[in-house]
Amino acid sequence: MDEINITAAKYLANNGENVNIEFTVDGVTMHTPLDPANRHYAEIMRQVKAGELTIQEAN
Amino acid sequence: MALSKIQNNSYTDTAVHGQRNLIINGGCVIDQRNNGAAITSSGYVVDRFHYQNDSDATLSLQQSSTVPDNFANSISVTVSTADASVGTTQYSMMTQRIEGYNIANLGWGTSAAKAVTLSFYVRSSVTGTFGGVLNNSDSSRSYPFTYSISSADTWEKKTITIEGDTSGTWNTTNSSGIQLRWAFGMGSTYVGTAGSWSGNLYFGASGAVNLISTLNATFYITGVQLEAGDVATPFEHRSFGDELARCQRYYEKTYPYATTPGTASSYNTITALGIAGMDEETSGQRYITYPWRVEKRTAPTLTIYDQAGNSGKVTTLDNAGTQTHNVGVGLAFAGTYVMGAGPANSAIWGLTFFCVGDSEL
Repeated sequence: MDEINITAAKYLANNGENVNIEFTVDGVTMHTPLDPANRHYAEIMRQVKAGELTIQEAN
Repeated sequence: MALSKIQNNSYTDTAVHGQRNLIINGGCVIDQRNNGAAITSSGYVVDRFHYQNDSDATLSLQQSSTVPDNFANSISVTVSTADASVGTTQYSMMTQRIEGYNIANLGWGTSAAKAVTLSFYVRSSVTGTFGGVLNNSDSSRSYPFTYSISSADTWEKKTITIEGDTSGTWNTTNSSGIQLRWAFGMGSTYVGTAGSWSGNLYFGASGAVNLISTLNATFYITGVQLEAGDVATPFEHRSFGDELARCQRYYEKTYPYATTPGTASSYNTITALGIAGMDEETSGQRYITYPWRVEKRTAPTLTIYDQAGNSGKVTTLDNAGTQTHNVGVGLAFAGTYVMGAGPANSAIWGLTFFCVGDSEL
């Protein structure tokens, strides 16, 4: 019951390995680590599982 | 002074000694995000107090100087658009989530569960019975409570003792332990009978007034304390620095305290982070490691801002001393407090940015 208005999500990689997700909330660009204890990462994964959000692959 | 003049009972009142309050920022003095400005949508009002709204009402919440005696700040709530008929699944509430480590001594979910006592000062233009709830992390355990406001626009202190929960799962490490909520408006789906534990998901108490149904209604709260035992002791006032450090476990910024993140700010007067010598790199990356002032609850979400206040961007400086804002340079982050920048660019001598770390529950 803590839905966050995420409008974009994209993996960022370092040396070919995904290290975080860049995403936007209410126009603010943020970066979350790939850590289930992080509330933003947990919410992104919840929305992905629910089919509400797709994470773009890293460039 | 003669020993006979020393009163022994000064030392025997162990209930009022320090470190009792499980609530952080109960006096509402720390406001790193908004610096006193109002919020009107879901978010943090002051540090650690989170507002959630899924109703047709619009509320304005902010740090306030309207206070009872011996306090400096409160949270004020004003209903700017009323919702006269709250839908069955709608809600409007404010929550403080308490980290599991800080409630481990309560023994909740075991036969040794201790009672807790909640106390706070409240004032509202609306009188009647108000409600709230204690939940565990997934709200599969709920204890709705009520309190009465008998005189309009008058500060009143409320005390509620809650028996310890011997059932359910209560986290005792770095995830959410207890969620303490005050309901401003609640649909019938989310209210339950006050005064007992339930396995249902509740955010408020049956029969409580919906503040959000009254246009221009006001509500203030401060002095929030949750402590083990069945006695409400006096509010535990902490130093500003102590309270700020406790808040920084969950949210920290490299801006000065009174600067709202995203505000255009000068590098010279602000604690911006910088990476120099970018032009010397031909193929690699340059990194900066920033140790947070306070160890975070978990790896934080990072938000960077350039000096103009653009999120996700940096300000660059070339060899001629020219600053350029709103530049994306492929920043990458890893770990709890390590930030990397790259690839290097021979046209950029250095770059600066501010950073916010969010490890809220």
